[in-house]
Amino acid sequence: MAMSFEWPWQYRFPPFFTLQPNVDTRQKQLAAWCSLVLSFCRLHKQSSMTVMEAQESPLFNNVKLQRKLPVESIQIVLEELRKKGNLEWLDKNKSSFLIMWRRPEEWGKLIYQWVSRSGQNNSVFTLYELTSGEDTEGEEGSRFVGVS
Amino acid sequence: MDRFVWTSGLLEINETLVIQQRGVRIYDGEEKIKFDAGTLLLSTHRLIWRDQKNHECCMAIPLAQIVFIEEQAAGIGKSAKIVVHLHPAPPNKEPGPFQNSKNSYIKLSFKEHGQIEFYRRLSEEMTQRRWENIPVSQSLQTNRGSQPGRVRAVGIVGIERKLEEKRKETDKNISEAFEDLSKLMIKAKEMVELSKSIANKIKEKQGDITEDEERGGIMSLTEVYCLVNRARGMELLSPEDLVNACKMLEVLKLPLRLRVFDSGVMVIELQSHKEEEMVASALETVSEKGSLTSEEFAKLVGMSVLLAKERLLLAEKMGHLCRDDSVEGLRFYPNLFMTQS
Repeated sequence: MAMSFEWPWQYRFPPFFTLQPNVDTRQKQLAAWCSLVLSFCRLHKQSSMTVMEAQESPLFNNVKLQRKLPVESIQIVLEELRKKGNLEWLDKNKSSFLIMWRRPEEWGKLIYQWVSRSGQNNSVFTLYELTSGEDTEGEEGSRFVGVS
Repeated sequence: MDRFVWTSGLLEINETLVIQQRGVRIYDGEEKIKFDAGTLLLSTHRLIWRDQKNHECCMAIPLAQIVFIEEQAAGIGKSAKIVVHLHPAPPNKEPGPFQNSKNSYIKLSFKEHGQIEFYRRLSEEMTQRRWENIPVSQSLQTNRGSQPGRVRAVGIVGIERKLEEKRKETDKNISEAFEDLSKLMIKAKEMVELSKSIANKIKEKQGDITEDEERGGIMSLTEVYCLVNRARGMELLSPEDLVNACKMLEVLKLPLRLRVFDSGVMVIELQSHKEEEMVASALETVSEKGSLTSEEFAKLVGMSVLLAKERLLLAEKMGHLCRDDSVEGLRFYPNLFMTQS
């Protein structure tokens, strides 16, 4: 499904691409970045990325504005995501990472809720069944479709 | 004049004649004395003067006795001169034309010209100091050695020689220092003239404006340093002096105060000046224009770029502005991170 991604207002604000020295300002900035990364990855169904890809991706590189978030600042954003539980490094060198726009525990909660509602407690079913969409129609079920 | 000793005028072995000049008159300090016409000879070791009328009247000064020399240009009815400043006569000096003199210098007046060349050669000898390296007979040495004919034991000779060396060294240092001093004095004279002329120029250009108000109630310390020292003209303040003086301003309850920004930049502000209030107006200005660099802001408001930057940085610190740092330069924006959702 081709959903046009709506960039947040910060994406068109040049200071967004400079790590702010004022601590309070920086907090707001990083929060905005984290939420942008997660929504971007969710829309593009991207669950993993390398840092190099990230640098050139439109996510961190706004060509129209002629601003890029420098790699050191990207690292800081990724670290924030990791602290929040939305990111896991796939290698020791921190060159590629897994992005979890929904944290594992959030998934767990959702799955449980769905299972409860559809009355399928205490029966085992595969991930395929979960994600293929047959039984999972309906608003809640569609959340699982297409999840890798 | 009491430094001269009578001499035969004959050069010693290893003593070489450098230059000679007829028609030279000697002055004892500023006073004319009877030695009004003679031939002046410069050797590697001595300055010798022989009376033209009476060849037997011949005297000399060892070059080692000279502290430094100066030139005196010719004037109307006056010949060019060389002024020779001398060390005090040693106690055991050989007899000469004068027993004592109140002057420590003599003047050589070149009535038949030749001063320029003589001065040049004499300066050269003073620089090269060949007399130190070429030994001649005892009587021509520094005159500070022991008297001839005295009985000495071997041990004492060694001690005396060491003392001799030391005195030679001290004399050399003093002579050299005096040479530097005379050069320094010429330089100093130039500097005095220069700062006098600058001080006068400043006076001409200064009005009665209260500079403080004109500057918006705030000035960087470097601006203060320049203005203060320009006004003083002489006895300039060192940067340390200025900073220390400014630290006292608040203590002394003067209407000015020293302020140090996070970046280390120091300014002097009027006590009545409230930089934090200025920040609010800076935010307005930046918001009006969307974004501004320090230079653009400085130009708009009419202040120095340095102070403009400090004000913008303060606004950023207070959370009113945020920055965009790119290859295009450093720009400040209103801090929408805080004001927008």
